Amino acid sequence: MKVEEIKVCILRIEGTNCEQEAYDAFKVLGADPEKVHLKQLIGRAPRELRRDLDEYQVLMLPGGFSAGDYVRAGAIFAARMKSHLAADLENFIASGRPVLGICNGFQILVELGVLPSFDEIMSEAPQAALYTNVSGRFECRPSYLKHENHGKCVFTSLLPRGEIVTIPVAHAEGNLRFPSESEREFLMRLEENDQVVFRYVDPNGDYAGYPWCPSGAIGNIAGICNPEGNVLGMMPHPERAMFRYQHPDWTRTGGKPDAPGDGHIIFRSVLDHVSKRF
Amino acid sequence: MVTAEIRIELKHGVADPEGENTKKALELLGFKGIRSVRTVKVFEMDLDVPASEAAAVCEEMSRKLLANPVIQTFRVQLK
Repeated sequence: MKVEEIKVCILRIEGTNCEQEAYDAFKVLGADPEKVHLKQLIGRAPRELRRDLDEYQVLMLPGGFSAGDYVRAGAIFAARMKSHLAADLENFIASGRPVLGICNGFQILVELGVLPSFDEIMSEAPQAALYTNVSGRFECRPSYLKHENHGKCVFTSLLPRGEIVTIPVAHAEGNLRFPSESEREFLMRLEENDQVVFRYVDPNGDYAGYPWCPSGAIGNIAGICNPEGNVLGMMPHPERAMFRYQHPDWTRTGGKPDAPGDGHIIFRSVLDHVSKRF
Repeated sequence: MVTAEIRIELKHGVADPEGENTKKALELLGFKGIRSVRTVKVFEMDLDVPASEAAAVCEEMSRKLLANPVIQTFRVQLK
């Protein structure tokens, strides 16, 4: 299908943010994004506003503090989706259509049991947690990410492996954790399944602790995909780095301010994938 | 009516940055002898369910929403 025919559902409830940036990211690349409230997908809206998840080719869960991050970050949004949208979401993922969760979106996908999802599309209980940063603080700054995926993830297909991109983080709960008794096993399975997409590194590209890894996440992991590669969750915000002028060094490095920023390639990759596959 | 208290605690071995930071701040205020500070979350709810079923309902609530089993445990107490 043509890129302009690709419909992107940017799903929001109260407390999500960056949906406008997400919208703009897809729009500037020529796709057809729409900001959709969860109520529109579950029939709790006037008839003309109702939407069906099946109408879209890409689902994006933006960042923010959905439902005030009450209970745990992303837990309430996940519970609402699970209660009304579980079957639709499973079908969406099973059909190979891409799902992107950024920041709070990643937390929601983890709480939903959609990531890391080793054995099924959506596990009954979460298999991981995005827990409070080791620093105990909200960490908000650019971060260096090394692309580690061998080609499975549809969101980074155009990004060479080993490349380092600069994408900002802004979160207090990004510390990826697995059950302590299965930490090793889960890390191995992630590697074996090619599910690791981004790891935090220092400016030389080496794995490093705080502050380079803002959260203390296990294995410096910043983003993972599902075993099929069509669901990506990442803590950093690529939609906030669509243009060079959004990079902290853009006045020093020259070039056009509105040239593509480092987050651009994520959106380009997924649209490229969808246009070829569907 | 049954009143239930659901206590969500971090699993043993999971670091508690909020507790650590609280400890640090209390020490800055001059409090001495604090060995450790742990954060817990308590949900208290009034339920219109038979007393015999209340515990099971609260456990189900904890599994489905209130606790993430990867890092947290829950304890239900009926009052």
